[in-house]
Amino acid sequence: MGEVLRIALAVAAKDLRVEFRSRTALTSAVVFAALVLVVFSFARDPGRLSAEELAPSVLWITFAFGAVVTLNRAFYVEREQAAFDGLLLAPVSRGAVYLGKLGANLAFVGVVELVAFPLFVLFFDVAVGGAWPGLLAVALLATIGFVAVGTLFSAMVVRTRFAELMLPVLLLPFMVPPLIGAVQVTSRLLVGRPLSEMLGWLRLLAVYDLVFVTLCTLSFAVVAEE
Amino acid sequence: MPSAEPTGLSARGLERVFGRRRALAGVDLALQAGEAVAVFGPNGAGKTTLLRVLAGLMRPTAGEVWMHGRRVSPSDPESRRPIGFLSHHAMLYGDLTARENLMFAARLYGLADPGGTAVAALAQLDLADRVDDTVRTMSRGLVQRVALARALLHGPSVLLLDEPFTGLDTASADRLSDLLRARREAGSAMVLVTHHLAEAWDLVTRVAVLFRGRWVLEETRAGTADAFRPKYRELIRG
Amino acid sequence: MSEDRARTAIRRGLVVTALGLAAVATAYGLALGYAPTEIRQGAAQKIFYVHVPAAWCALLAFSLVGVLGGLYLWLKDFRLDALAAASAEVGLVFGAVMLTTGPIWGKPIWGTWWQWEPRLTLTLLLWFLFVGYLSLRAALVDPSERARFSAVVGIMGLLLVPFVHLSVYLFRGIHPQPIILKPSRPSLPPEMLTTLLVSLGAFTLLYLGLLTARYGLLRLVDLREDDGDA
Repeated sequence: MGEVLRIALAVAAKDLRVEFRSRTALTSAVVFAALVLVVFSFARDPGRLSAEELAPSVLWITFAFGAVVTLNRAFYVEREQAAFDGLLLAPVSRGAVYLGKLGANLAFVGVVELVAFPLFVLFFDVAVGGAWPGLLAVALLATIGFVAVGTLFSAMVVRTRFAELMLPVLLLPFMVPPLIGAVQVTSRLLVGRPLSEMLGWLRLLAVYDLVFVTLCTLSFAVVAEE
Repeated sequence: MPSAEPTGLSARGLERVFGRRRALAGVDLALQAGEAVAVFGPNGAGKTTLLRVLAGLMRPTAGEVWMHGRRVSPSDPESRRPIGFLSHHAMLYGDLTARENLMFAARLYGLADPGGTAVAALAQLDLADRVDDTVRTMSRGLVQRVALARALLHGPSVLLLDEPFTGLDTASADRLSDLLRARREAGSAMVLVTHHLAEAWDLVTRVAVLFRGRWVLEETRAGTADAFRPKYRELIRG
Repeated sequence: MSEDRARTAIRRGLVVTALGLAAVATAYGLALGYAPTEIRQGAAQKIFYVHVPAAWCALLAFSLVGVLGGLYLWLKDFRLDALAAASAEVGLVFGAVMLTTGPIWGKPIWGTWWQWEPRLTLTLLLWFLFVGYLSLRAALVDPSERARFSAVVGIMGLLLVPFVHLSVYLFRGIHPQPIILKPSRPSLPPEMLTTLLVSLGAFTLLYLGLLTARYGLLRLVDLREDDGDA
């Protein structure tokens, strides 16, 4: 287990370093997420729909779009010069490589979310108050789930010609359960409902994470093999 | 099964089918430690497929690969440790420097001193003054040398090299020849795939010709490269 | 040899499809002439005999894709992969029937074309998922890569089902939609039940016929493509 963690950290650190050098993907994803928020601000009739009612859905659709854009790039860096072969040649388990890629993707999507969130608060005039630890927790739970699936899919679609289109088509159905859960919990957190009303959703999100992180870690060997 | 050789590389009955096309149609290979084979063959003969199967990157449709008495399998990470593989792709990250690329590889192999090992491996290929160059900014020959340094980094005992001399200037090519000869004499087994008879000839103990997915020749090296050339042309006329 | 077998599969599939169509026609006859008209819903309820069997076939087809994917990863037999692909295609057709008859039935009964009803929502999402599944297949060239990737997607789709169902169910539990009338499911009169069962059998036969024919055709295409490469 310690070995798996060590390799996963090395892979994730490598991805972060590559991204820090080029910054192309992450910058575009952050700008894209901000633009989605701007567009949403104007897509609402202020007289008929209050910002608070719409806010949780807007937040999570922004996060979801930002994640898809970020994940699209995840395996390009491995494909160029066939660096992925180098990973597969090393005496490390496929699962450890997957967990490393997942870790890096979580960091990237996390950055997108961390930048988008203050903008969201600003644009939609949301009073976060004491809800932020809960929001952080639900963001983590929901994001782990769809980034886990997205990381696996991104390793597949990078082998196709229309990867940028293929990823959202494959991934969005898998995003639905975490997104519904996240929106429900977020809207309750923002109006200060008690924790007991969100427990069912949080449990669903946690089970989703558990099932799909496990399944994707195991499936990665199937995807990596030639 | 072909685990008879305690050291070195052995493969038996390797087949690889793409759809119904047979890229490999039953290839056997046995190399003792310290033996090297040069694999010649025209384009599309299956040379790249053979190397990828030997390296465990591609699962053979039939057959097995053994190294040092252990079967090479995707689900057995340690079975890949003896392999040093150079493909026609550099397997490097363009945005990282040569040192960063090799340090990452060293970490994957669990080597004790990633930084020191990386620099030493690069120095072996005369890249000591290039360690902090970003791979993307390097010329083709330099990238090839970094890729070689990466392949040799962990002291592999089975070298699988696809056109290792590509893009190298004369001095670098000589240096690489010396390096590979030293590795072989120190007990590494080596499979060298190339189009150029001359540069591989003196490095190897055996020669083989792959044509349409199978050996049409596999023998101990004898005579000179010039004498072999007409024979090779005859073999691949089929 | 294999080509002959593929051709036989196509022929048999077409025969079963014809039988299935005849059975569906019989089921229609029963639905219109034999089954009583539902008191509250009137004639609109007759669509029930198309909607439910189509839903059943779509879910059967999509589940089979996941199961066949798992079997493919285990046995590495390309016939399993072709059968999975055929099942996904036929499942999309039945899914489309389910998704179009749902709103047609829903408009007079619920008073709205579309309802985020759990079963309808699940089918819709699975329908999109298998559109993605088939697009992925179309975009991959290497047969073994295509088979492995789509097997993984199929298995993941199977595991997604309980999550979608549960989350849509919870979602609706909190925001009840305006429902004018709820289609009554339990305690069907025996004539309705008989008609439904005949219709289910007819649709299943149709599914099996289309599946076999499509499978044979996909095998034939695979075999021809391989020849083209050689």
